[in-house]
Amino acid sequence: MTEQWNITLRIYRQKENEAPHFDNFKMEVNPDEYVLDAVERAWAFHDRTICFRHACHHSTCGACGMRVNGVEKLTCITLIRDVTKNGATLKVEPLRNFPVVSDLAVDMGPFYRKMEAVGARPVLPVTEAEIENPPAKWDTDDAQYIRLSDCIECGLCISACPVMATTPEYLGPAPLAAAQDNGIKRKPELLSIVDCEDGVWRCHSVFECTAVCPSFVDPARRIMDLRKQVVGARVRKLFGKA
Amino acid sequence: MSKPHVIIIGAGFTGVATAHDLALRGCDVTVVERGDLCHGTSGRTHGLLHSGGRYAVKDKESAVECIDENMILRRIVPQVIEPNGGLFIAIEEGDLDYAEQFIESCEECHIPLEELKPQEALKLEPNINPKVLTAFLIPDGTFDPLRLALAFAGTAKHNGARFQTYHEVQGFLMDGQGNVSGIKVLKRAANKTEELRADVVVNATGAWAGEITNMAGLDAPVKPTPGIMVAYDQRFVQRAINRLNTPADGDIVLPQRRMVVVGTTSFDAENVDYIPVTDDQIKLMLERGSELIPGIRNAKPRGIYMAARPLIGGGSGRSIARTFKCYDHKETHNIDGLVTITGGKATTLRAMAEKTADVVCAKLGITAACVTKETPLLSYRQYYASPN
Repeated sequence: MTEQWNITLRIYRQKENEAPHFDNFKMEVNPDEYVLDAVERAWAFHDRTICFRHACHHSTCGACGMRVNGVEKLTCITLIRDVTKNGATLKVEPLRNFPVVSDLAVDMGPFYRKMEAVGARPVLPVTEAEIENPPAKWDTDDAQYIRLSDCIECGLCISACPVMATTPEYLGPAPLAAAQDNGIKRKPELLSIVDCEDGVWRCHSVFECTAVCPSFVDPARRIMDLRKQVVGARVRKLFGKA
Repeated sequence: MSKPHVIIIGAGFTGVATAHDLALRGCDVTVVERGDLCHGTSGRTHGLLHSGGRYAVKDKESAVECIDENMILRRIVPQVIEPNGGLFIAIEEGDLDYAEQFIESCEECHIPLEELKPQEALKLEPNINPKVLTAFLIPDGTFDPLRLALAFAGTAKHNGARFQTYHEVQGFLMDGQGNVSGIKVLKRAANKTEELRADVVVNATGAWAGEITNMAGLDAPVKPTPGIMVAYDQRFVQRAINRLNTPADGDIVLPQRRMVVVGTTSFDAENVDYIPVTDDQIKLMLERGSELIPGIRNAKPRGIYMAARPLIGGGSGRSIARTFKCYDHKETHNIDGLVTITGGKATTLRAMAEKTADVVCAKLGITAACVTKETPLLSYRQYYASPN
């Protein structure tokens, strides 16, 4: 039989010209449902004015990032069982470091402009995807196959990054990871975008981005690698090999 | 002279593609959507860029639409597509009986196909069922649902269309002679209602099309038909894997980023604002999916969800055609100013938009031809990156 929990879903509310507050919804849930299911039901059956972003429900679109009990989560793949208990509260808030449109919905504009500025690759050859347990050997034919890249541009890393909160000008984890993926050798014009105050040197190596990334991108490691690429490019320049 | 104003209700696949087409033909376009882009069916679609193979035997009209549109989308929006092809595989003797009519029907619908020996199929996709008896390679693909819509919407925005998300339609404005002259919407971010006037209103709400036409006192032309999808946490294959047989439950497995997604089922539903997931359907996807790819048995579910297809016409479930229809309500009910587009597949979104824009332009006296087949879409990020 399906397990039933009673929880209090505590949702952040923000409407134009109104003070932000929280609304509580007493709900019966199955702990093996996802947090997004509970939010969607609160909208469908309790309060039709709740605004939230969601689309694919399986971690490919990156629309449903929220803070769940204070931690950045992709709510479509976060089981209720993993973030609360029977009888307890489940607090859901919008991502930090983004302008709030309303309630749980945030404006992705500033973040997407940065992803565009570094030319983040939406698709890449399967042979370039850093997947675990790749086939024993990639067939030469496999190079022609293309797949969607790992970064789903959900913004969890932007919300979790403590440095991001200090200045909105900072490129932030996902854009820097996308620059690393492109590589400065392949795209030399990236050097001036990342080798600056609001680029690769502003990172304080807190690694929160990697901790919350739902999509195996590991932005922190990529930022460290990008620093090496930047230093390498500077050295090459010094010896006139740029 | 000012441009004619068209309001499109719904920012799913049909709505955003229609906005793109009408913006290119010189209309002033406003899209209203009660959630964010793709918050209904479109976001939760399986993500299969159909070659038409699935429909070739029973529904040739849909199959031809799919292969034609598949080739167009590969050209105009490669940024959101894994264009890696697909396999139809036979596992049991019964599947082989389907092969002959499958080959004939694909040829009839100009769907290119190549027959592979079992060992050839296993070389391409080592994780499919080793009992495979025969396989056909066809030009299926996978797309990212939200980003497909964003690319159309972003391009439409670049060409002047406005997108009003979190705006829920509450009713129609009438002109006193029984015709539609606009809509009344609730701005959900402000809890305020406002009125928007338009020369034509397009109802592009898919499975919700009936709820919108009811607001104008018209009957529903659509039958919401949900199905389940289960995403597992390993990318076992590079290509779409289909069971070679009459379309049934759980007979398609798609690669999507680092996952595979098994789908789907087909049942009738009334209210599709929230469709609960059921344990028996999850179990069915595991059983059917692992017949195609045995490794799924040892994989973990990563996301489980339901999406409601907007099917049109008589019959129920799998027997209903997957093609689409555009209704000018001046012709169906003598109510001018309102057009409804529904039915169809994600793969045919551009064609649905072309047909709808043709109907809208004829009503407005616009003679500009459709150019969306030849117009590459801008980066999907432009939807968020550019101002409204």
